[in-house]
Amino acid sequence: MAQPLSFDTVHTGGPTTTTRSHSELTAEVLHELVEHLRQNRTQLREEWARRITEARLLTAMTKEEIFAEATSVYDNYVEALATGTFEALQAYSRNLSERIIPRGVETHEVVGIVLLLRDVLARSLFSKYQADFTKLDRILDAYEPAANRIANTVAVGFVQERERVIRQQQEAIRELSTPVLQVRERLLILPIIGVIDPQRARQLTEQLLRGIRTNRAKVVVIDITGVAAMDASVANHLVQTVEASRLLGATVIVTGLSPEIAQTLVNIGVDLGKMNTVGDLQGGIEQAERLLGYKVVPQAEAN
Amino acid sequence: MEVPILKQGEILIATVQAALTDSDLMQLRRALVEKVAKARARAIIIDLTAMDVMDSFASRTVREVAQMIRLRGAETVIVGIQPDVAFAMVQLGLSMGGVTTALDLEEGLEYLHRKFKTIL
Amino acid sequence: MKDCLAVVENEICVAIKTDQDVVAARQKGRSMALELGFSASASTLLATAISELARNIVSYAGSGEIVLRATQNSGGPGVTVVARDAGPGIPSIEHALRDGYSTSGSLGLGLPGVRRLVDEFEIVSEVGRGTTVTVRKWKG
Repeated sequence: MAQPLSFDTVHTGGPTTTTRSHSELTAEVLHELVEHLRQNRTQLREEWARRITEARLLTAMTKEEIFAEATSVYDNYVEALATGTFEALQAYSRNLSERIIPRGVETHEVVGIVLLLRDVLARSLFSKYQADFTKLDRILDAYEPAANRIANTVAVGFVQERERVIRQQQEAIRELSTPVLQVRERLLILPIIGVIDPQRARQLTEQLLRGIRTNRAKVVVIDITGVAAMDASVANHLVQTVEASRLLGATVIVTGLSPEIAQTLVNIGVDLGKMNTVGDLQGGIEQAERLLGYKVVPQAEAN
Repeated sequence: MEVPILKQGEILIATVQAALTDSDLMQLRRALVEKVAKARARAIIIDLTAMDVMDSFASRTVREVAQMIRLRGAETVIVGIQPDVAFAMVQLGLSMGGVTTALDLEEGLEYLHRKFKTIL
Repeated sequence: MKDCLAVVENEICVAIKTDQDVVAARQKGRSMALELGFSASASTLLATAISELARNIVSYAGSGEIVLRATQNSGGPGVTVVARDAGPGIPSIEHALRDGYSTSGSLGLGLPGVRRLVDEFEIVSEVGRGTTVTVRKWKG
Protein backbone atom coordinates (compact mmCIF):
# COMPACT_ATOMS: atom_id res chain seq x y z
CA MET A 1 0.00 0.00 0.00
CA ALA A 2 1.62 3.16 -1.14
CA GLN A 3 1.45 5.92 1.44
CA PRO A 4 1.88 9.47 0.36
CA LEU A 5 5.16 10.62 1.72
CA SER A 6 6.26 14.19 1.84
CA PHE A 7 9.41 15.73 3.12
CA ASP A 8 10.05 19.38 3.74
CA THR A 9 12.39 21.25 1.52
CA VAL A 10 15.64 21.66 3.36
CA HIS A 11 18.34 24.12 2.46
CA THR A 12 21.67 22.37 2.56
CA GLY A 13 23.62 25.47 1.63
CA GLY A 14 24.09 24.30 -1.90
CA PRO A 15 21.66 24.21 -4.78
CA THR A 16 18.11 23.90 -3.50
CA THR A 17 16.70 20.38 -3.62
CA THR A 18 13.06 19.99 -4.39
CA THR A 19 10.89 16.95 -4.04
CA ARG A 20 8.16 15.52 -6.13
CA SER A 21 5.85 15.33 -3.19
CA HIS A 22 2.91 13.03 -2.75
CA SER A 23 3.63 10.98 -5.79
CA GLU A 24 3.40 7.22 -5.86
CA LEU A 25 6.63 7.10 -7.78
CA THR A 26 8.45 8.66 -4.86
CA ALA A 27 6.87 6.15 -2.52
CA GLU A 28 8.02 3.23 -4.67
CA VAL A 29 11.52 4.63 -4.95
CA LEU A 30 11.75 5.19 -1.24
CA HIS A 31 10.58 1.67 -0.59
CA GLU A 32 13.31 0.30 -2.82
CA LEU A 33 15.94 2.45 -1.15
CA VAL A 34 14.89 1.43 2.34
CA GLU A 35 15.06 -2.21 1.29
CA HIS A 36 18.60 -1.71 0.07
CA LEU A 37 19.61 -0.05 3.33
CA ARG A 38 18.07 -2.84 5.36
CA GLN A 39 19.66 -5.59 3.32
CA ASN A 40 23.10 -4.04 3.59
CA ARG A 41 22.68 -3.10 7.19
CA THR A 42 25.67 -4.94 8.57
CA GLN A 43 28.34 -3.72 6.21
CA LEU A 44 27.02 -0.14 6.04
CA ARG A 45 26.94 0.05 9.80
CA GLU A 46 30.51 -1.21 10.04
CA GLU A 47 31.62 1.25 7.38
CA TRP A 48 30.02 4.03 9.37
CA ALA A 49 31.57 3.00 12.67
CA ARG A 50 34.95 2.86 10.95
CA ARG A 51 34.53 6.40 9.58
CA ILE A 52 33.51 7.66 13.02
CA THR A 53 36.73 6.37 14.53
CA GLU A 54 38.74 7.67 11.60
CA ALA A 55 37.27 11.15 12.07
CA ARG A 56 38.16 10.89 15.75
CA LEU A 57 34.60 11.45 16.89
CA LEU A 58 32.98 10.08 20.04
CA THR A 59 36.40 9.69 21.67
CA ALA A 60 34.66 9.68 25.05
CA MET A 61 33.10 6.30 24.22
CA THR A 62 34.58 2.83 23.78
CA LYS A 63 34.45 0.94 20.47
CA GLU A 64 31.77 -1.39 21.83
CA GLU A 65 29.64 1.52 22.98
CA ILE A 66 29.99 3.26 19.64
CA PHE A 67 28.92 0.13 17.83
CA ALA A 68 25.93 -0.39 20.10
CA GLU A 69 24.74 3.18 19.64
CA ALA A 70 25.53 3.04 15.92
CA THR A 71 23.16 0.11 15.57
CA SER A 72 20.30 1.97 17.23
CA VAL A 73 20.92 5.15 15.31
CA TYR A 74 21.13 3.27 12.01
CA ASP A 75 17.88 1.41 12.62
CA ASN A 76 16.08 4.57 13.74
CA TYR A 77 17.45 6.39 10.72
CA VAL A 78 16.19 3.80 8.26
CA GLU A 79 12.88 3.63 10.11
CA ALA A 80 12.45 7.39 9.74
CA LEU A 81 13.16 7.08 6.04
CA ALA A 82 10.66 4.27 5.73
CA THR A 83 7.78 5.83 7.62
CA GLY A 84 8.39 9.48 6.79
CA THR A 85 7.57 10.37 10.36
CA PHE A 86 10.06 11.86 12.74
CA GLU A 87 8.48 11.75 16.20
CA ALA A 88 10.10 8.45 17.05
CA LEU A 89 13.43 9.74 15.84
CA GLN A 90 13.04 12.92 17.88
CA ALA A 91 12.28 10.93 20.99
CA TYR A 92 15.19 8.63 20.35
CA SER A 93 17.50 11.58 19.76
CA ARG A 94 16.59 13.17 23.09
CA ASN A 95 16.96 9.84 24.82
CA LEU A 96 20.37 9.29 23.26
CA SER A 97 21.43 12.82 24.16
CA GLU A 98 20.41 12.30 27.77
CA ARG A 99 22.77 9.33 27.87
CA ILE A 100 25.77 10.75 26.05
CA ILE A 101 25.85 14.33 27.32
CA PRO A 102 27.08 13.26 30.78
CA ARG A 103 29.80 11.34 28.93
CA GLY A 104 31.09 14.61 27.53
CA VAL A 105 29.96 14.18 23.95
CA GLU A 106 29.72 17.52 22.18
CA THR A 107 27.41 18.99 19.57
CA HIS A 108 29.90 18.88 16.70
CA GLU A 109 30.40 15.16 17.31
CA VAL A 110 26.70 14.37 17.14
CA VAL A 111 26.22 16.45 14.01
CA GLY A 112 29.38 14.92 12.59
CA ILE A 113 28.35 11.30 12.99
CA VAL A 114 24.87 11.84 11.55
CA LEU A 115 26.35 13.54 8.51
CA LEU A 116 28.83 10.69 8.14
CA LEU A 117 25.98 8.21 8.12
CA ARG A 118 24.23 10.26 5.50
CA ASP A 119 27.36 10.16 3.38
CA VAL A 120 27.98 6.43 3.86
CA LEU A 121 24.43 5.64 2.78
CA ALA A 122 24.59 8.08 -0.14
CA ARG A 123 27.82 6.50 -1.42
CA SER A 124 26.27 3.09 -1.21
CA LEU A 125 23.34 4.32 -3.31
CA PHE A 126 25.73 5.81 -5.85
CA SER A 127 27.55 2.52 -6.35
CA LYS A 128 24.34 0.52 -6.59
CA TYR A 129 22.64 2.73 -9.16
CA GLN A 130 25.64 4.09 -11.03
CA ALA A 131 24.63 2.24 -14.19
CA ASP A 132 21.19 3.82 -14.33
CA PHE A 133 21.62 7.56 -14.02
CA THR A 134 17.92 8.40 -14.30
CA LYS A 135 17.12 5.94 -11.56
CA LEU A 136 19.89 7.31 -9.38
CA ASP A 137 18.47 10.76 -9.90
CA ARG A 138 15.06 9.68 -8.67
CA ILE A 139 16.56 7.82 -5.76
CA LEU A 140 18.54 10.85 -4.65
CA ASP A 141 15.50 13.08 -5.11
CA ALA A 142 13.75 10.96 -2.53
CA TYR A 143 16.71 10.36 -0.28
CA GLU A 144 18.33 13.77 0.07
CA PRO A 145 15.56 15.85 1.68
CA ALA A 146 14.73 12.98 3.99
CA ALA A 147 18.35 12.55 5.03
CA ASN A 148 18.69 16.27 5.67
CA ARG A 149 15.58 16.36 7.76
CA ILE A 150 16.90 13.44 9.78
CA ALA A 151 20.25 15.16 10.39
CA ASN A 152 18.36 18.25 11.47
CA THR A 153 16.07 16.35 13.82
CA VAL A 154 18.90 14.55 15.56
CA ALA A 155 21.05 17.66 15.91
CA VAL A 156 18.23 19.80 17.21
CA GLY A 157 17.20 17.11 19.69
CA PHE A 158 20.73 17.01 21.01
CA VAL A 159 21.05 20.77 21.29
CA GLN A 160 17.73 21.11 23.11
CA GLU A 161 18.76 18.49 25.64
CA ARG A 162 22.09 20.20 26.11
CA GLU A 163 20.43 23.56 26.69
CA ARG A 164 18.14 22.00 29.25
CA VAL A 165 21.11 20.53 31.12
CA ILE A 166 22.96 23.83 31.06
CA ARG A 167 19.95 25.67 32.44
CA GLN A 168 19.70 23.13 35.24
CA GLN A 169 23.37 23.56 36.08
CA GLN A 170 23.11 27.32 36.09
CA GLU A 171 20.18 27.13 38.44
CA ALA A 172 22.13 24.91 40.79
CA ILE A 173 25.11 27.25 40.73
CA ARG A 174 22.93 30.22 41.44
CA GLU A 175 21.40 28.49 44.42
CA LEU A 176 24.79 27.63 45.84
CA SER A 177 26.22 31.06 45.36
CA THR A 178 23.56 33.06 47.17
CA PRO A 179 23.78 31.93 50.76
CA VAL A 180 21.61 33.53 53.36
CA LEU A 181 23.46 33.25 56.64
CA GLN A 182 22.02 33.33 60.09
CA VAL A 183 24.71 34.67 62.37
CA ARG A 184 22.71 35.59 65.41
CA GLU A 185 19.21 34.98 66.43
CA ARG A 186 16.92 37.16 64.40
CA LEU A 187 19.78 38.46 62.28
CA LEU A 188 20.44 37.41 58.70
CA ILE A 189 23.36 38.37 56.54
CA LEU A 190 23.21 38.19 52.77
CA PRO A 191 26.63 38.75 51.20
CA ILE A 192 26.31 39.34 47.48
CA ILE A 193 29.37 38.63 45.41
CA GLY A 194 30.14 39.08 41.77
CA VAL A 195 27.92 39.85 38.86
CA ILE A 196 24.20 39.89 39.34
CA ASP A 197 21.84 39.43 36.46
CA PRO A 198 18.11 40.03 36.86
CA GLN A 199 17.38 36.33 37.19
CA ARG A 200 19.92 35.87 39.95
CA ALA A 201 18.66 39.01 41.66
CA ARG A 202 15.17 37.60 41.66
CA GLN A 203 16.35 34.30 43.09
CA LEU A 204 18.31 36.16 45.74
CA THR A 205 15.22 38.05 46.81
CA GLU A 206 13.11 34.92 46.99
CA GLN A 207 15.71 33.11 49.09
CA LEU A 208 16.09 36.05 51.42
CA LEU A 209 12.36 36.45 51.97
CA ARG A 210 11.95 32.76 52.68
CA GLY A 211 14.92 33.00 55.02
CA ILE A 212 13.34 35.89 56.90
CA ARG A 213 10.24 33.85 57.53
CA THR A 214 12.03 30.63 58.44
CA ASN A 215 14.55 32.29 60.75
CA ARG A 216 12.10 34.89 62.03
CA ALA A 217 14.67 37.52 61.26
CA LYS A 218 14.09 41.05 62.43
CA VAL A 219 17.18 42.54 60.88
CA VAL A 220 18.84 41.74 57.58
CA VAL A 221 22.26 42.99 56.55
CA ILE A 222 22.74 42.96 52.78
CA ASP A 223 26.41 43.36 52.00
CA ILE A 224 27.23 44.47 48.48
CA THR A 225 30.95 45.07 48.98
CA GLY A 226 31.67 42.28 46.54
CA VAL A 227 29.43 43.57 43.80
CA ALA A 228 31.41 45.02 40.94
CA ALA A 229 28.80 47.03 39.15
CA MET A 230 25.09 47.44 39.18
CA ASP A 231 22.87 48.67 36.43
CA ALA A 232 19.54 50.40 36.96
CA SER A 233 17.47 47.23 36.72
CA VAL A 234 19.50 45.37 39.34
CA ALA A 235 19.54 48.46 41.53
CA ASN A 236 15.76 48.39 41.35
CA HIS A 237 15.83 44.77 42.43
CA LEU A 238 17.84 45.78 45.47
CA VAL A 239 15.29 48.43 46.35
CA GLN A 240 12.48 45.94 45.86
CA THR A 241 14.27 43.46 48.09
CA VAL A 242 14.53 46.05 50.82
CA GLU A 243 10.85 46.92 50.50
CA ALA A 244 9.69 43.33 50.38
CA SER A 245 11.73 42.55 53.50
CA ARG A 246 10.02 45.41 55.28
CA LEU A 247 6.64 43.90 54.41
CA LEU A 248 7.76 40.86 56.37
CA GLY A 249 8.58 43.07 59.33
CA ALA A 250 12.35 43.04 58.91
CA THR A 251 14.66 46.03 58.95
CA VAL A 252 17.28 46.07 56.22
CA ILE A 253 20.77 47.50 56.48
CA VAL A 254 22.74 47.78 53.26
CA THR A 255 26.51 47.74 53.67
CA GLY A 256 29.42 48.11 51.31
CA LEU A 257 27.79 50.67 49.06
CA SER A 258 30.44 51.97 46.67
CA PRO A 259 30.20 55.57 45.45
CA GLU A 260 29.34 54.29 41.96
CA ILE A 261 26.47 52.15 43.15
CA ALA A 262 25.27 54.94 45.42
CA GLN A 263 25.15 57.15 42.33
CA THR A 264 23.17 54.52 40.39
CA LEU A 265 20.63 54.35 43.18
CA VAL A 266 20.28 58.13 43.30
CA ASN A 267 19.89 58.18 39.53
CA ILE A 268 16.92 55.82 39.62
CA GLY A 269 15.29 58.02 42.21
CA VAL A 270 16.10 56.25 45.44
CA ASP A 271 16.21 58.48 48.48
CA LEU A 272 19.38 57.21 50.15
CA GLY A 273 18.37 59.11 53.23
CA LYS A 274 15.49 56.71 53.66
CA MET A 275 17.63 53.63 53.07
CA ASN A 276 19.56 52.30 56.02
CA THR A 277 23.17 52.18 54.86
CA VAL A 278 26.43 51.60 56.69
CA GLY A 279 29.96 51.72 55.29
CA ASP A 280 31.14 48.19 55.88
CA LEU A 281 29.83 44.80 56.92
CA GLN A 282 31.29 44.95 60.41
CA GLY A 283 29.63 48.28 61.06
CA GLY A 284 26.40 46.92 59.66
CA ILE A 285 26.43 43.94 61.99
CA GLU A 286 27.12 46.20 64.96
CA GLN A 287 24.20 48.40 64.09
CA ALA A 288 22.02 45.36 63.62
CA GLU A 289 22.93 44.12 67.06
CA ARG A 290 22.08 47.48 68.54
CA LEU A 291 18.72 47.36 66.82
CA LEU A 292 18.12 43.90 68.23
CA GLY A 293 19.04 45.01 71.69
CA TYR A 294 22.27 43.10 72.02
CA LYS A 295 24.93 44.71 74.12
CA VAL A 296 28.34 44.19 72.58
CA VAL A 297 30.86 43.91 75.40
CA PRO A 298 34.59 44.23 74.70
CA GLN A 299 36.55 41.06 75.46
CA ALA A 300 38.39 42.47 78.49
CA GLU A 301 35.20 43.44 80.29
CA ALA A 302 33.62 40.08 79.68
CA ASN A 303 36.33 38.45 81.71
CA MET B 1 -17.25 36.31 53.80
CA GLU B 2 -17.02 37.76 57.28
CA VAL B 3 -13.61 38.20 58.78
CA PRO B 4 -13.50 37.22 62.45
CA ILE B 5 -12.39 40.09 64.69
CA LEU B 6 -11.25 39.17 68.19
CA LYS B 7 -10.50 41.37 71.12
CA GLN B 8 -7.43 40.85 73.23
CA GLY B 9 -7.25 43.50 75.91
CA GLU B 10 -7.02 46.80 74.11
CA ILE B 11 -6.08 45.18 70.82
CA LEU B 12 -8.38 44.00 68.06
CA ILE B 13 -7.17 41.15 65.90
CA ALA B 14 -8.69 40.58 62.47
CA THR B 15 -7.64 37.30 60.90
CA VAL B 16 -8.27 37.07 57.19
CA GLN B 17 -9.37 33.56 56.32
CA ALA B 18 -8.97 33.13 52.61
CA ALA B 19 -9.32 34.91 49.33
CA LEU B 20 -11.18 38.14 49.93
CA THR B 21 -13.22 39.82 47.25
CA ASP B 22 -13.36 43.58 47.00
CA SER B 23 -16.71 43.65 48.80
CA ASP B 24 -15.27 41.50 51.60
CA LEU B 25 -12.43 43.97 51.97
CA MET B 26 -14.73 46.95 52.11
CA GLN B 27 -16.92 45.16 54.64
CA LEU B 28 -13.84 44.46 56.74
CA ARG B 29 -12.84 48.08 56.60
CA ARG B 30 -16.26 49.19 57.85
CA ALA B 31 -16.31 46.58 60.59
CA LEU B 32 -12.88 47.50 61.88
CA VAL B 33 -13.53 51.22 62.02
CA GLU B 34 -16.78 50.56 63.86
CA LYS B 35 -15.32 48.11 66.32
CA VAL B 36 -12.28 50.26 67.14
CA ALA B 37 -14.62 53.00 68.29
CA LYS B 38 -16.94 50.66 70.19
CA ALA B 39 -14.18 48.70 71.91
CA ARG B 40 -11.96 51.76 72.53
CA ALA B 41 -9.11 49.74 71.15
CA ARG B 42 -5.62 51.20 71.10
CA ALA B 43 -4.48 49.11 68.19
CA ILE B 44 -5.58 46.59 65.60
CA ILE B 45 -3.65 43.75 64.07
CA ILE B 46 -4.67 42.61 60.60
CA ASP B 47 -3.39 39.10 59.93
CA LEU B 48 -2.90 38.50 56.21
CA THR B 49 -1.37 35.03 56.48
CA ALA B 50 -4.13 33.47 54.39
CA MET B 51 -4.09 36.11 51.64
CA ASP B 52 -2.64 34.37 48.65
CA VAL B 53 -2.72 37.46 46.45
CA MET B 54 -2.44 41.12 47.42
CA ASP B 55 -3.37 43.30 44.49
CA SER B 56 -3.69 47.06 44.16
CA PHE B 57 -7.19 47.20 45.62
CA ALA B 58 -6.29 45.06 48.62
CA SER B 59 -3.20 47.03 49.50
CA ARG B 60 -4.99 50.35 49.03
CA THR B 61 -7.86 49.23 51.24
CA VAL B 62 -5.51 48.08 53.98
CA ARG B 63 -3.73 51.42 53.91
CA GLU B 64 -7.04 53.22 54.06
CA VAL B 65 -8.08 51.17 57.07
CA ALA B 66 -4.88 52.19 58.82
CA GLN B 67 -5.50 55.85 58.02
CA MET B 68 -9.07 55.72 59.29
CA ILE B 69 -8.01 53.86 62.42
CA ARG B 70 -5.32 56.44 63.07
CA LEU B 71 -7.97 59.17 62.96
CA ARG B 72 -9.57 57.38 65.88
CA GLY B 73 -6.27 57.47 67.73
CA ALA B 74 -5.37 53.82 67.28
CA GLU B 75 -2.49 52.07 65.57
CA THR B 76 -2.54 49.38 62.91
CA VAL B 77 -0.05 46.55 62.51
CA ILE B 78 -0.12 44.35 59.43
CA VAL B 79 1.21 40.83 59.93
CA GLY B 80 1.56 37.60 58.02
CA ILE B 81 2.30 38.81 54.49
CA GLN B 82 3.76 35.73 52.78
CA PRO B 83 7.19 35.92 51.08
CA ASP B 84 5.76 35.23 47.61
CA VAL B 85 3.01 37.76 48.11
CA ALA B 86 5.48 40.40 49.32
CA PHE B 87 7.61 39.77 46.26
CA ALA B 88 4.63 40.14 43.92
CA MET B 89 3.57 43.33 45.70
CA VAL B 90 6.89 45.07 45.25
CA GLN B 91 7.04 44.00 41.59
CA LEU B 92 3.64 45.58 41.12
CA GLY B 93 4.89 48.68 42.90
CA LEU B 94 2.60 48.37 45.90
CA SER B 95 3.59 49.17 49.42
CA MET B 96 2.03 49.47 52.82
CA GLY B 97 3.00 53.13 52.99
CA GLY B 98 3.97 53.96 56.51
CA VAL B 99 1.93 51.21 58.13
CA THR B 100 3.85 49.05 60.57
CA THR B 101 4.40 45.48 59.49
CA ALA B 102 5.55 42.46 61.45
CA LEU B 103 6.28 38.87 60.55
CA ASP B 104 3.30 37.25 62.26
CA LEU B 105 0.79 37.58 65.06
CA GLU B 106 3.34 36.80 67.74
CA GLU B 107 5.72 39.48 66.50
CA GLY B 108 2.90 41.93 66.06
CA LEU B 109 1.70 41.48 69.65
CA GLU B 110 5.25 41.74 70.97
CA TYR B 111 5.73 44.99 69.08
CA LEU B 112 2.54 46.49 70.51
CA HIS B 113 3.35 45.15 73.96
CA ARG B 114 6.69 46.92 73.93
CA LYS B 115 5.12 50.06 72.54
CA PHE B 116 2.30 50.36 75.03
CA LYS B 117 3.88 48.43 77.87
CA THR B 118 0.50 46.84 78.33
CA ILE B 119 0.17 43.53 80.07
CA LEU B 120 -2.00 41.31 77.92
CA MET C 1 -21.13 41.42 24.03
CA LYS C 2 -21.58 38.03 25.59
CA ASP C 3 -18.40 36.69 27.09
CA CYS C 4 -16.78 33.27 27.03
CA LEU C 5 -18.77 32.01 24.08
CA ALA C 6 -16.05 30.23 22.16
CA VAL C 7 -14.76 27.48 24.40
CA VAL C 8 -11.65 25.77 23.17
CA GLU C 9 -9.80 22.76 24.53
CA ASN C 10 -6.80 23.60 26.73
CA GLU C 11 -8.42 26.91 27.54
CA ILE C 12 -10.27 28.15 30.56
CA CYS C 13 -12.47 31.18 30.06
CA VAL C 14 -13.68 33.25 33.00
CA ALA C 15 -16.38 35.83 32.44
CA ILE C 16 -15.48 38.96 34.38
CA LYS C 17 -18.22 41.11 35.78
CA THR C 18 -18.04 41.21 39.56
CA ASP C 19 -15.31 41.31 42.13
CA GLN C 20 -15.91 37.63 42.79
CA ASP C 21 -14.95 36.95 39.18
CA VAL C 22 -11.65 38.71 39.83
CA VAL C 23 -10.92 36.21 42.59
CA ALA C 24 -12.12 33.28 40.46
CA ALA C 25 -9.91 34.24 37.53
CA ARG C 26 -6.76 34.57 39.61
CA GLN C 27 -7.40 31.35 41.48
CA LYS C 28 -7.87 29.44 38.24
CA GLY C 29 -4.70 31.03 36.91
CA ARG C 30 -2.77 29.98 39.97
CA SER C 31 -4.08 26.40 39.72
CA MET C 32 -3.15 26.13 36.08
CA ALA C 33 0.35 27.38 36.79
CA LEU C 34 0.87 25.00 39.71
CA GLU C 35 -0.39 22.09 37.62
CA LEU C 36 2.15 22.93 34.95
CA GLY C 37 4.90 22.79 37.55
CA PHE C 38 5.38 26.49 38.24
CA SER C 39 6.99 27.36 41.56
CA ALA C 40 4.72 28.78 44.27
CA SER C 41 6.42 32.12 43.80
CA ALA C 42 5.89 32.24 40.03
CA SER C 43 2.27 31.15 40.47
CA THR C 44 1.68 34.02 42.88
CA LEU C 45 3.17 36.50 40.44
CA LEU C 46 0.90 35.23 37.70
CA ALA C 47 -2.17 35.25 39.95
CA THR C 48 -1.41 38.82 40.98
CA ALA C 49 -1.09 39.91 37.35
CA ILE C 50 -4.42 38.25 36.51
CA SER C 51 -6.04 39.95 39.47
CA GLU C 52 -4.94 43.37 38.25
CA LEU C 53 -6.03 42.71 34.67
CA ALA C 54 -9.42 41.42 35.78
CA ARG C 55 -9.81 44.35 38.10
CA ASN C 56 -9.18 46.77 35.23
CA ILE C 57 -11.93 45.10 33.24
CA VAL C 58 -14.43 45.52 36.07
CA SER C 59 -13.40 49.07 36.83
CA TYR C 60 -13.18 50.48 33.33
CA ALA C 61 -15.24 48.29 31.04
CA GLY C 62 -17.85 46.83 33.32
CA SER C 63 -17.48 43.38 31.90
CA GLY C 64 -15.19 41.24 29.80
CA GLU C 65 -13.43 37.91 29.80
CA ILE C 66 -10.17 36.38 30.81
CA VAL C 67 -8.91 33.40 28.86
CA LEU C 68 -6.23 31.18 30.35
CA ARG C 69 -4.30 28.92 28.04
CA ALA C 70 -1.58 26.36 28.76
CA THR C 71 1.27 27.00 26.34
CA GLN C 72 4.58 25.37 25.48
CA ASN C 73 7.88 26.39 23.95
CA SER C 74 11.34 24.89 23.72
CA GLY C 75 12.01 26.02 27.26
CA GLY C 76 9.01 24.30 28.74
CA PRO C 77 5.44 25.05 29.76
CA GLY C 78 3.85 28.42 30.28
CA VAL C 79 0.53 30.16 30.72
CA THR C 80 -0.97 32.67 28.32
CA VAL C 81 -3.56 35.09 29.68
CA VAL C 82 -5.81 37.12 27.41
CA ALA C 83 -7.82 39.85 29.12
CA ARG C 84 -10.44 41.16 26.74
CA ASP C 85 -13.16 43.76 27.05
CA ALA C 86 -15.40 45.91 24.87
CA GLY C 87 -14.99 48.93 27.06
CA PRO C 88 -14.04 52.52 26.35
CA GLY C 89 -10.48 51.68 25.30
CA ILE C 90 -7.29 53.48 26.28
CA PRO C 91 -6.67 56.84 24.60
CA SER C 92 -2.92 56.81 25.06
CA ILE C 93 -1.27 53.45 25.51
CA GLU C 94 2.11 55.08 25.72
CA HIS C 95 0.96 57.08 28.68
CA ALA C 96 -0.57 54.08 30.37
CA LEU C 97 2.67 52.14 29.98
CA ARG C 98 4.96 54.89 31.14
CA ASP C 99 7.05 53.28 33.75
CA GLY C 100 7.59 54.76 37.10
CA TYR C 101 8.70 52.49 39.86
CA SER C 102 6.16 54.30 41.95
CA THR C 103 4.94 52.76 45.11
CA SER C 104 2.05 55.16 45.37
CA GLY C 105 -0.36 52.27 45.37
CA SER C 106 -1.22 52.00 41.73
CA LEU C 107 -3.36 54.82 40.43
CA GLY C 108 -4.78 54.11 37.06
CA LEU C 109 -4.35 50.84 35.28
CA GLY C 110 -1.14 49.63 36.89
CA LEU C 111 0.03 48.23 33.55
CA PRO C 112 3.74 48.88 34.07
CA GLY C 113 3.47 46.86 37.27
CA VAL C 114 1.67 44.01 35.52
CA ARG C 115 4.39 44.00 32.88
CA ARG C 116 7.03 43.44 35.57
CA LEU C 117 5.18 40.40 36.85
CA VAL C 118 5.18 38.54 33.56
CA ASP C 119 7.58 37.53 30.80
CA GLU C 120 5.69 38.73 27.73
CA PHE C 121 3.25 41.61 27.51
CA GLU C 122 1.15 42.85 24.62
CA ILE C 123 -1.68 45.36 24.51
CA VAL C 124 -4.12 46.36 21.82
CA SER C 125 -6.67 49.06 22.49
CA GLU C 126 -9.01 51.20 20.48
CA VAL C 127 -11.08 54.03 21.86
CA GLY C 128 -14.74 53.13 21.67
CA ARG C 129 -14.06 49.50 20.84
CA GLY C 130 -12.21 47.93 23.71
CA THR C 131 -8.95 46.60 25.02
CA THR C 132 -7.13 43.30 24.84
CA VAL C 133 -4.12 42.61 27.00
CA THR C 134 -2.15 39.45 26.37
CA VAL C 135 0.48 38.32 28.83
CA ARG C 136 2.56 35.19 29.06
CA LYS C 137 4.55 33.69 31.87
CA TRP C 138 6.93 30.76 31.52
CA LYS C 139 7.74 28.17 34.11
CA GLY C 140 11.38 29.14 33.62
